[in-house]
Amino acid sequence: MAAINLDDSVMTTRLDAVVNWARKNSLWPLPFGTACCAIEFMSMMASRYDFSRFGAEALRFSPRQSDMLLVLGTITNKQAPVLRQVYAQMAEPKWVVSVGVCASSGGMYRTYSTLQGIDRVVPVDVYVPGCPPRPESMIYGVMKLQEKIVKEGRTDRKEHLERFYESLARQEELQEAGGLSSYQVVREMVLAAGEQGKQQIW
Amino acid sequence: MVIERIDEQMPGVILDRHAFRGDQTILVDRDRLLEVVDLIFAEGFQLLVDVTAMDALPREPRFDVVYHWLNLTSQERLRLKVRVAEGVSVPSLVSRFKSADWSEREVFDLFGIPFEGHPNLQRLMMWEDFPGHPLRKDFPLDGGDLFCTQDIGASYSPEARSLNA
Repeated sequence: MAAINLDDSVMTTRLDAVVNWARKNSLWPLPFGTACCAIEFMSMMASRYDFSRFGAEALRFSPRQSDMLLVLGTITNKQAPVLRQVYAQMAEPKWVVSVGVCASSGGMYRTYSTLQGIDRVVPVDVYVPGCPPRPESMIYGVMKLQEKIVKEGRTDRKEHLERFYESLARQEELQEAGGLSSYQVVREMVLAAGEQGKQQIW
Repeated sequence: MVIERIDEQMPGVILDRHAFRGDQTILVDRDRLLEVVDLIFAEGFQLLVDVTAMDALPREPRFDVVYHWLNLTSQERLRLKVRVAEGVSVPSLVSRFKSADWSEREVFDLFGIPFEGHPNLQRLMMWEDFPGHPLRKDFPLDGGDLFCTQDIGASYSPEARSLNA
């Protein structure tokens, strides 16, 4: 019986490592562009900065077909529930990059209409500062996200997501109970969380 | 110029006027607004470009409702202002100009000026139970919502705070 010599054609590794390697190199971005950061993002996707080098060239404008949410611009209180819904609809596992200061903290819009940081309503993985950030900064941000993905265990995100889905169920309950619109409820949830000294509602 | 023609046909209707390099502004009384609007429509000012407002808080009456017209044949522009106090309504122009619909809703939303005879006077931008009217000078920038500014080391300057109070 002749021994089969496999030589270099087989490599042993951990499942986590190979799954994460695949995930980090095939991110499917969903651009949620609401302001000038989206213009810089176009530049990042175009040939000069060529974001496809990082394996994330295929933009999907449907949340069902994407797993990296790029929030590019100011999110108003009225838009917060839309962002939550988009995030909820994305394919798991999903990541969020908050691009620019408006998305990250409200930025210069410290006003009645602007959500003071999207991390109050959805979980954020990477924050990219800048107003707007240069394409290099956004690329660096996504590279940081890739580093994060590599280190993840396969079930690490479960708890994270369950907490978010719970808050979404709570939001829907409040909406039905009070006959309120989604932005009224999200606003109330943000304010109630603030009174308890919490930074987020999820 | 159109201001002179209005003067001829409706003497005394113009309370104040201003003209500078083709920038024509007239101030009229709110009770005679519709008459004046019908007249300037006949004069060819048939495109209502914008309806907006201004809050000059210490002044009484505090609001200016500002209308911008364009005459499409002569390319003349006309600005018409109506001065109203808080809570006083202005006649709606929706019956004459379709473009007044959303513009008047926006002014109602952000300044709280009611428009009499508007078919659907609801907030256009803010949500239904939003407290107050944000473009009023006495509206606090953060909407009275301290969560907006808490945990932030560099807050407003005391001067800015006192303006908002």
